[in-house]
Amino acid sequence: MASSATHQTLSVLVENRSGVLARVSGLFARRGFNIISLAVAPTDDSNFSRINLVIDVEETSVEQITKQLFKLVNVVKITELLPSESVERELLMMTISVASDARSNVIELVDIFGGKIVDVGINALTVMVAGDPDRLDDFEDLMRPYGIIELQRTGRVALPKLRKAI
Amino acid sequence: MIKSLEMEQVEVVFGLPGGCILPAYDPILDSPIRHILVRHEQGAGHMAEGYAHVTGRPGVAMVTSGPAATNLVTPLCDAYMDSVPMVAITGQVGRAVIGTDGFQECDTVGITRSVTKHNELIMDPDGISLAVRQAFHLAITGRPGPVLLDVPKDVLQAEVDWYWPTDDEVSSSLPGYRPTTKGHPRMIKEAARLIGQARRPVIYAGGGILKARAAEALKQLAERMGIPVVTTLMARGAFPDDHELCLGMPGMHGNYTAITALQEADLLIALGTRFDDRVTGRVGAFAPHAKVIHVDIDPAELGKIRQPDVPIVGDCNQVITEIIKALEAAGSGAADLTEWRSRISGWQERFPLHYDPHVEGDALKPQQVMEGLRDSAPNGTILASGVGQHQMWASQYWKFNEPYTWVNSGGLGTMGFSVPAAIGAKVGRPDRTVWAVDGDGCFQMTAQELVTASSERIPIKVAILNNAYLGMVRQWQEMFYEERYSEVYLSPDLPDYVKWAEAMGCVAFRVEDPSEVQPVIDKANAIDDRPVVIDFRTDAREKVFPMVPAGAANDDVVVHPSQKPTDMKVVQ
Repeated sequence: MASSATHQTLSVLVENRSGVLARVSGLFARRGFNIISLAVAPTDDSNFSRINLVIDVEETSVEQITKQLFKLVNVVKITELLPSESVERELLMMTISVASDARSNVIELVDIFGGKIVDVGINALTVMVAGDPDRLDDFEDLMRPYGIIELQRTGRVALPKLRKAI
Repeated sequence: MIKSLEMEQVEVVFGLPGGCILPAYDPILDSPIRHILVRHEQGAGHMAEGYAHVTGRPGVAMVTSGPAATNLVTPLCDAYMDSVPMVAITGQVGRAVIGTDGFQECDTVGITRSVTKHNELIMDPDGISLAVRQAFHLAITGRPGPVLLDVPKDVLQAEVDWYWPTDDEVSSSLPGYRPTTKGHPRMIKEAARLIGQARRPVIYAGGGILKARAAEALKQLAERMGIPVVTTLMARGAFPDDHELCLGMPGMHGNYTAITALQEADLLIALGTRFDDRVTGRVGAFAPHAKVIHVDIDPAELGKIRQPDVPIVGDCNQVITEIIKALEAAGSGAADLTEWRSRISGWQERFPLHYDPHVEGDALKPQQVMEGLRDSAPNGTILASGVGQHQMWASQYWKFNEPYTWVNSGGLGTMGFSVPAAIGAKVGRPDRTVWAVDGDGCFQMTAQELVTASSERIPIKVAILNNAYLGMVRQWQEMFYEERYSEVYLSPDLPDYVKWAEAMGCVAFRVEDPSEVQPVIDKANAIDDRPVVIDFRTDAREKVFPMVPAGAANDDVVVHPSQKPTDMKVVQ
């Protein structure tokens, strides 16, 4: 995977209370660590939330980031997910300018990427595609010539890969 | 709130009341807790730090919201950098007003988030006692640090049923906080093996030794193996200066021997220290031949600056004790370090601390004043200092033979630290003489707290090394900016320090002649019922030596001009 060397996902279990996200993002800002993307949601236990952080590991050591994060009192557990050892997914929504003669091409590409058309306008389509972040990059590249009007990506979420053998 | 503080065995609170904190001040009238009314909130913070430095117990500062809370930011940051246990309580506007830019409202937890170990806005009156217990637990365990509780006025006013959480409740309320105190057995064994093999070992002792109450364990380790010890600025007193194995302070203004021993070592035993840039100089050139055993209670310090060969997360006292046991189990006696020790004593003989003697008609030598203070200080005297040249001379020339007798601002380098910190120290250890060594620049930043000292009868002693300059900045401008002195001159007479000190209720002296130094110090030492201030007129041309210029390698240490540069570089 092309991007495997430059990023890594941290799955950070935190207490679900106000200000925790500010503590985490403030720590990154203060120590000069780079966040590529970030996704936050409560877990099955409402006392805890999970923060999925994709970090740039070219400039800072994961070890140092992890250790500094763990010093935050509200951080309960950190799981490091290497791209090769985890499944990563991301959701992309995009509004594309599409003249009527190009519409069927775009719909075909959306279909190939397993996406959906979620809104249709006179000269534009809004589509959503969920998948491996690298594939979303490809999709973006393919759509660019048609004219991207708006783009929103969620940032990665990830879980460890399951064992395939006993 | 106040009852919770009593339950935490708080003896003294340093603070200043105001609107939002008023409800917490009323019960103070009926509480056994002593309250010390400061003249500026920054003073309350530094006093709490000084108290914590000498007692090992968290210092408590309590102030109101808004500007009072922002005035506390500097001491919080100072305590955070130097891992000083402290609990700060700030008032906040009522819950309904939060977020509306109310009078004296500020986002205290937002502002202090990055300068505290933890902070909390208490929105539930029933949560006060648990928050207080958590705060004291967090401040003192693991790597100590400041914890701030921000309490809205109506939360303080609410009537609640008294309830005191158990240890288990405190622990389970902090699911993400489990500091490691016990070192990994395999790493301890590996550390013992390296120590047994080293030919040129040095113990690089940091402030963590003091925080862990590990001075005795450190002494045992050093003596058992005959290993020399350097004590960083934060660790002065952690190992006695009069011990034959003590090399004193390393770093930018350390002594030649301590700096060079680290550079030439084949093994650094780094205990409770963080490879600060003021110690390492250029990191890539620091202790280039050494393997590193690094012990720290904060895992994030291991590998932050220098990758250790043996990383050990744990409490210094426990880990050192385990290492000694492992050395005993392996039958490792003191290795033959004769050659190493003789090289070290060669450096000590050749490059002692040095300053040119006083010349008739010149102003006082600041180093000579320090020696005078040192030599006539009663046993157990506690020394506090501000930040700058005087701080370095204090650290260099004082003899620290006992732990917890040195109170200074290391990491943050806070000018104005010394007067309030000395007051806090004296409150914590009223049985001890407490001297504050200060510069004239520093003194002007926080001198108003001498009013606090006078009115509360806290008889500290202040020695101002008055060279009429921001001396350390002047030194850098002289050495690195071609003697272009930009904005560093202060004037020796404006203010008139003697009159000013007297106006604040102190006894004050001015010393200009070397012959007066000793008699005036003796007079100051004899005064026990009020603060004393001495205005020592010192020579502005004096510079702190040795010096490793910023960004340079420690091998390029600049010694006093009268001491010839070295030809004693290591031959591997």
